[in-house]
Amino acid sequence: MTKIIEFIQQPWPWWVAGPLITYVMFALLYFGKRFGLSSNFRTACTMLGAGRVSDFFKVDWREQKWNLIFVLGTIIGGIISAQFLTADASVSISASTIADLEAIGIANPGASFVPEEIFGFENIWSLRSLVFLIGGGFLVGFGTRYANGCTSGHAISGLSNLQWWSLVAVVGFFIGGLAMTHFILPYLVKL
Amino acid sequence: MKYLRFLFIGILFGIVLSKGEIISWFRIQEMFRFQAFHMYGVIGSAVVLGVIAIQIIKRTHLKDNSGHLISMTTQEPGYARNLIGGTIFGLGWAITGACPGPLFILLGHEGWVFIIPILSAILGTFVYGVIYKRLPH
Repeated sequence: MTKIIEFIQQPWPWWVAGPLITYVMFALLYFGKRFGLSSNFRTACTMLGAGRVSDFFKVDWREQKWNLIFVLGTIIGGIISAQFLTADASVSISASTIADLEAIGIANPGASFVPEEIFGFENIWSLRSLVFLIGGGFLVGFGTRYANGCTSGHAISGLSNLQWWSLVAVVGFFIGGLAMTHFILPYLVKL
Repeated sequence: MKYLRFLFIGILFGIVLSKGEIISWFRIQEMFRFQAFHMYGVIGSAVVLGVIAIQIIKRTHLKDNSGHLISMTTQEPGYARNLIGGTIFGLGWAITGACPGPLFILLGHEGWVFIIPILSAILGTFVYGVIYKRLPH
């Protein structure tokens, strides 16, 4: 048993994680649901009464109850993973990524899952952390609804279904991600 | 309780994305710098298997557990909405290092700090819903 736990505690390679993501998508389809995480932000708006402000939120949130339960599961999955299934929380990113990130001023790239100086509890009231947390989150919420989907809906489900418009959306994801990483992020890190 | 299955699938998804390091800010940076195969392997293998799975579903007319044909169109047509919306999301993805699923998983994995981007994403969705009629789609 200890051997099995130790085996699971290693980081999982892409060829384990990728197929399991397909399984999650298939399991949801089998239970009559469509894999899409960003829909929950819209459901949250509806539950908070946004239907009074815009027709966009006049939907029956109970039809999305399963998705909220699914999200609750993902949070629990994160807790289980951090508490019981992770022996070493460092991430073995490539040497070139470490060098690039050090060059823009990120300390100890890969020492933990996220850069502590930005996402650590003690630093979140700095201007830089607030820009990353509030600004980044806002763009994710606005952009996914505008594009009608995120990585799960477009990149995984949409491309699996060979949908042209999902491919267009994924091209957009990369235009934005590349522009941020290479042209804007070096300035945000220095805030 | 019929919702319990979704809780378990969610737990599996949370563990897979944690253990696969897909929720790591550093892995997303590595992806947008094209410096490792890891993230491309994850998404690529998920999509290749997904294409096969959906072709099987369509060709065998597979039904879901309540007897309905499985259908799965998730797209809305339009270059403006998909390209501009996608780009805005991409900008946010590279800042937070997390798309919507990982934001929730990080809340469990790293702690309450991640409630901030989640609330902000809800706000972003709200603003979209208020102004969407004035945006090109």
